[in-house]
Amino acid sequence: MQQMRKTISVVVENKPGVLARIVGLFSSRGYNIESLTVGETEDPSTSRMTIITSGEQVTMEQILKQLNKLIDVIKVIDMNEERCLERELALIRLSTSLKNENKLMHIINISKARVMDLTSEEYMIEVTGTDEKINAFVDLIGTFTTIREMARTGSIALSRPKKQGTGRPASNGKKVSEII
Amino acid sequence: MKGSKILLECLKKEGVNTIFGYPGAVILPLFDELIEDKSINMVLVRHEQGAAHMADGYARSTGKAGVCLATSGPGATNLVTGIATAFMDSIPLVALTGQIPTSLIGNDAFQEADITGITRPIVKHSYIVKSVEDLPQIIKHSFHIAQTGRPGPVLIDLPKNILVEEIQDFTYPETVDLRGYKPKYEGHKLQIKKAVDLIENAKRPLIYAGGGVISSGAADELLKFVEKTNIPVTTTLLGLGAIPSSHPLFIGMLGMHGTKYANYAVQESDLLIAIGARFDDRVTGNVDDFAPHAKKIHIDIDPAAIRKIITVDVPIVGDAKNILRELNCKKTKHSEWVEQIYKWKEQYPLYYKDNDEEIKPQYIIEKVNELTRGNAIITTEVGQHQMWAAQYYKVEKPRTFLTSGGLGTMGYGFPAAIGAQAGNPDKLVIDFAGDGSIQMNMQELATAVSYCLPVKVIIFNNGCLGMIRQFQELFFNKRYCHICICKDIDFVKIAEGYGARGYRITKKSDVETVLKEAFEFNGPALIDCKIPEEENVWPMVAAGNALSKMMDGMA
Repeated sequence: MQQMRKTISVVVENKPGVLARIVGLFSSRGYNIESLTVGETEDPSTSRMTIITSGEQVTMEQILKQLNKLIDVIKVIDMNEERCLERELALIRLSTSLKNENKLMHIINISKARVMDLTSEEYMIEVTGTDEKINAFVDLIGTFTTIREMARTGSIALSRPKKQGTGRPASNGKKVSEII
Repeated sequence: MKGSKILLECLKKEGVNTIFGYPGAVILPLFDELIEDKSINMVLVRHEQGAAHMADGYARSTGKAGVCLATSGPGATNLVTGIATAFMDSIPLVALTGQIPTSLIGNDAFQEADITGITRPIVKHSYIVKSVEDLPQIIKHSFHIAQTGRPGPVLIDLPKNILVEEIQDFTYPETVDLRGYKPKYEGHKLQIKKAVDLIENAKRPLIYAGGGVISSGAADELLKFVEKTNIPVTTTLLGLGAIPSSHPLFIGMLGMHGTKYANYAVQESDLLIAIGARFDDRVTGNVDDFAPHAKKIHIDIDPAAIRKIITVDVPIVGDAKNILRELNCKKTKHSEWVEQIYKWKEQYPLYYKDNDEEIKPQYIIEKVNELTRGNAIITTEVGQHQMWAAQYYKVEKPRTFLTSGGLGTMGYGFPAAIGAQAGNPDKLVIDFAGDGSIQMNMQELATAVSYCLPVKVIIFNNGCLGMIRQFQELFFNKRYCHICICKDIDFVKIAEGYGARGYRITKKSDVETVLKEAFEFNGPALIDCKIPEEENVWPMVAAGNALSKMMDGMA
């Protein structure tokens, strides 16, 4: 069976114990979690969880249904079916030296990453993007220097605005990658 | 008003008149309140597991949510098996547990256990009450969640301080609005139309009815549908009673220990109509080879039950009762197909070799049939006797055959019988038990005796764990081990020791008279029947095989 990857946005009651129910569902039914983020939404009584999961098509369908069954889950959105924006933030500490400094700065600049702190031996940088972009960035920079420590937030995702009247996205039919 | 008083008042608003429970330190404020309250009948059990199964038996037999009550820590953890049993079989249960005061939670205090954490995967929902003001709404929500949609257990954890805190007054909410919980009861019109088309064009249709028909209260609608369309019906273990066993179109249970003719019918059908059933592995055997020629309609209130195990052609999410009413098919006969099934039934009937020297378990069940004529409530434990009961007992009405199907809980039947008796004081309630299972909750004899609940227990005593013995015989080369658990146990004395009546049957000719006497006796009675050790449950489909590969003991 073909494996697939899915980003799911789950709007839940902002109450204690809800995260445990979601995570418990995944572990007790043997579903994968690649990343999970939680934060408050525009309505303080709800939180939005963004879950990236992978597995077979039938498993994906079950995950959506089982999430929907939880009483504290208000809405489950399959972001693969939506035009959405997905972002992750990574903080990375790298070793630097005179030898590689120029190359590193070049990569940092073209990746729209930022140096947030530095010493004579280290840069601390911040980079945002899709998780694929961050993976690519980490791989590339790893070929020039040593990554000393890294923290990643996991992806968050939100549906893009719909164009008024037509119910279509406001992007004039352009692909997500073309307009960001 | 104190929290404990508010709790009782809320329970009464939900129509609760019986609670099965056991006291303990932190739950005492509630018990104290019960002294004054005469409208709630508190059944004091002997082990909290018994309380959970009693509430379950009460719920299955009456259709109302059962309520059990335990203290914190060990009291609460003892409920776990009972809650899991109810969860697997979708039974409405409200479990109330005491908890240490909120200020101490997390300190590993005396009798502290994180019961909402422990039970999270086996409840439909759970609450820990953090403020006494929340109590009425939590109770309202709990009963609503437990009893609607696909029913299930709800746990409410009650810290001690909540029970003793006072508030001025409370109002019990009239309505429920949970934004994350809106079960769908009406089937989709287009899906129903597609189903009607399939049904009207099928040559060999078969209904596969499960526990959902019973919990939806759809037995009458099913019968009407069947009589109009003349479609034969097989049921799951939990579906027994969805249609009267004596109905000519009922062809018995399907699956691992189903009748041969039901399994052949499944395998040969060209349309399988699953109603409130979930394609459990004990039903399907090898999923890839299950009903291979059939298009499938799946009616279920739980969207997650659909396509969980098997791909279906027409799923309909909604309440079985509503959907059966909407399935307006034209009158059909399917004479050839029905004839074919009757031929199989004649050729491969349910069968056992009877003789006069031994007491065959199937013979005992047939005698119970004759004596009760479908008017009793039967509960079972788990094992061979459970399967014989499912095969040979004639279940005529819904909610009269209570058994742990999903979890397969040994020790379920006896407390469930007590719970069913508490909810149906005028009915004859009989637990079919094995000598293994009965030992798992035998302490509840004391409960039956002290509340004069006249349940009858028939022990099918083969001196061993029969189903395990059968598995070791068939799949482990007769390498028997750890199955003899009943050598020299005098069940009659045990019954008498608790103050119940004990009978022993060792001769076939005594079966009828002893059963009759025990059934007529107005008190709890235990009947120990010696049955042959090597009797097996036939037919049988070994786990993972196609339903057509049935073994039987006739060779």
